Amino acid sequence: MSATRNDRSIAGDATHANDYAAAVARLVEDFGDEQNALLPMLHALQEEFGYIDDLMVPAVASALNISRADVHGVVTFYPDFRRQPAGRHRVRLCRAESCQARGAAAIERIATERLGLRMGETSPNGRVTLDAVYCLGLCATGPNAMIDDVPVSRIDPATLDRLIEELTR
Amino acid sequence: MTRVYVSKDMAAVALGADAVAEALSAAGADVVRTGSRGLFRLEPLVEVETPEGRIGFGPVASADAALVLDGSHPARLGDVSAMPFFARQQRFTFARCGVIDPLSLDDYEAHGGWRGLTAARALAPQAAVDAVKASGLRGRGGAGFPTGIKWQTVHDAPGPIKYIVCNADEGDSGTFADRMLMEGDPFCLIEGMAIAGHAVGAERGYIYIRSEYPFAIRTMREAIARAASIVAPFVLEVRVGAGAYVCGEETSLLDSIEGKRGEVRAKPPLPAISGLFGRPTVINNVLSLAAVPFILSEGGEAYAAIGFGRSRGTMPVQLAGNVRNGGLFEVGFGITLGELVMDIGGGTDSGRPVKAVQVGGPLGAYFPPSIFDLPFDYEAFAAAGGLIGHAGITVFDDTVDMAHMARFAMEFCAHESCGKCTPCRIGSTRGVELIDRLIAGERRAADAVERLPQMRNAVGGPRQAGQEIELLRDLCDTMKFGSLCALGGFTPYPVLSALDHFPQDFGAAAPISSAAAE
Repeated sequence: MSATRNDRSIAGDATHANDYAAAVARLVEDFGDEQNALLPMLHALQEEFGYIDDLMVPAVASALNISRADVHGVVTFYPDFRRQPAGRHRVRLCRAESCQARGAAAIERIATERLGLRMGETSPNGRVTLDAVYCLGLCATGPNAMIDDVPVSRIDPATLDRLIEELTR
Repeated sequence: MTRVYVSKDMAAVALGADAVAEALSAAGADVVRTGSRGLFRLEPLVEVETPEGRIGFGPVASADAALVLDGSHPARLGDVSAMPFFARQQRFTFARCGVIDPLSLDDYEAHGGWRGLTAARALAPQAAVDAVKASGLRGRGGAGFPTGIKWQTVHDAPGPIKYIVCNADEGDSGTFADRMLMEGDPFCLIEGMAIAGHAVGAERGYIYIRSEYPFAIRTMREAIARAASIVAPFVLEVRVGAGAYVCGEETSLLDSIEGKRGEVRAKPPLPAISGLFGRPTVINNVLSLAAVPFILSEGGEAYAAIGFGRSRGTMPVQLAGNVRNGGLFEVGFGITLGELVMDIGGGTDSGRPVKAVQVGGPLGAYFPPSIFDLPFDYEAFAAAGGLIGHAGITVFDDTVDMAHMARFAMEFCAHESCGKCTPCRIGSTRGVELIDRLIAGERRAADAVERLPQMRNAVGGPRQAGQEIELLRDLCDTMKFGSLCALGGFTPYPVLSALDHFPQDFGAAAPISSAAAE
């Protein structure tokens, strides 16, 4: 976070803040201006900009007439909301019990080795983010993963190699 | 043109169903995308329409499209619904799933759709509530609270605005019935919610779906748009979760819809009195609401006619983990755990012996095969120190280490705790540390506080394994009775059941309860 902020000039921040304010104004049209619009609005902002920038918080708070602390509290409570950009591709490996029963731990170990990333990290070239997910609801055919928006079941080391090869090529 | 049916259920797609559908389409077939029948070993499953009915083939690779269309594919299954896995089921809730095009209103109506809603609308609201009471339906999310009583409370609550909320935040590992129903028969859930709206006097409903279910979100939104005029003036909206497991707890789910952190509320007041936006609210699981159309169209007595003890009707059981015939098996209560795991599930997929099954998700107990004669029933499971929960059964073979699974239960609780109550927030972290010490065989010496002169009851020297286990049991007791909701309150189930049934994995030769008494 601090690296991103330090790289920006104050003028750059102002441009971003204007973009965000415009996006929030549009989203109020769709979701209304009450507090219950907060999650749909954050999802939409993350969809558009890739993450929830701290600079969005004041705009959202003011649009919904709630405090900045309320918005910050929600952004940091829910694991889906990222405060930094993710890599271009997202690999999410399931870590829950049913996948564990089918060998997910070994797959996770191989994935972290092949990508050179720990769970939750993004590769330095911004290509891949590796994340854990707790259950995709495909519990009879694990180990499972979501590669961007595509679910993949019965992952074995060979499948994993092929998937990683496609993503990092 | 030959008509063929291919599932677009997320599990089938994860096994390659999209490529199979494309290949069939390219080979000139008329492809209809359905939900899943629910036996994932067969996916991607293709059913070909013939004069003798639908003939199934599965699993099918995309290169085999031509073989399926000329009928020579070796994985020919014949009539899929006649296979033992399906013929033994009693599909009340999942009757249409895997059979119809999920988004076709014509298909839904042709297969008995909207009959429950029509019947309900012909009744006074109180009579509709009475039908649900007569069915004996209990909350399918896990708690097993009688649905009819909940509806009655909301029906009787004063006020012009009430809500119906569907809990589709199916975060438990080993469960996927909510997802399958929303993807395979979304109108069924919509019908159930519209009936609930009529029965209690609510005109607005929310379906809270976890973000990990993108297919279900898409299908439900499209189905709501298509059915809007049929359920009007009842209005429905999908709300999407954001990765927090605790939002499956009903009060934190309500806070999440309201745009807040998903923190658990203290009860009372019950959501039925003061729920969403402070209004009387019916909050039910997907499977509870989806059971309602059958109850209204066939009568509460028809639903209650099967079952066991105080558990009436059917339960869509989900066989998951290391199991050969993994999938969805809807059956009346009373079937034994062993029948489900061994006869129907076919034992482990790895071919190794079953060591443990976890029933009811991350908060459910681990059971060994020695108690497989346990009947599937809310009360029987509670008496055995476990719970049915959302009826997911996760099977493990003999390579699993139960001390590791007990640790994972504590770790998961620490990861997902909303932080509102101390036993869950701090107890789970202390639990991880305790189990780590047990696994490593470390003997923790007394710390500075424990050595203070006024700490007369503290253990002076390094704790023995038995003393550590006593401490772990004490911690579980505090979490069980001191936590605000089921996350902290039920995490002790997997931990204690692992300790009780698999003491050898914790490094104890004798059952651990007696070791602790030394």
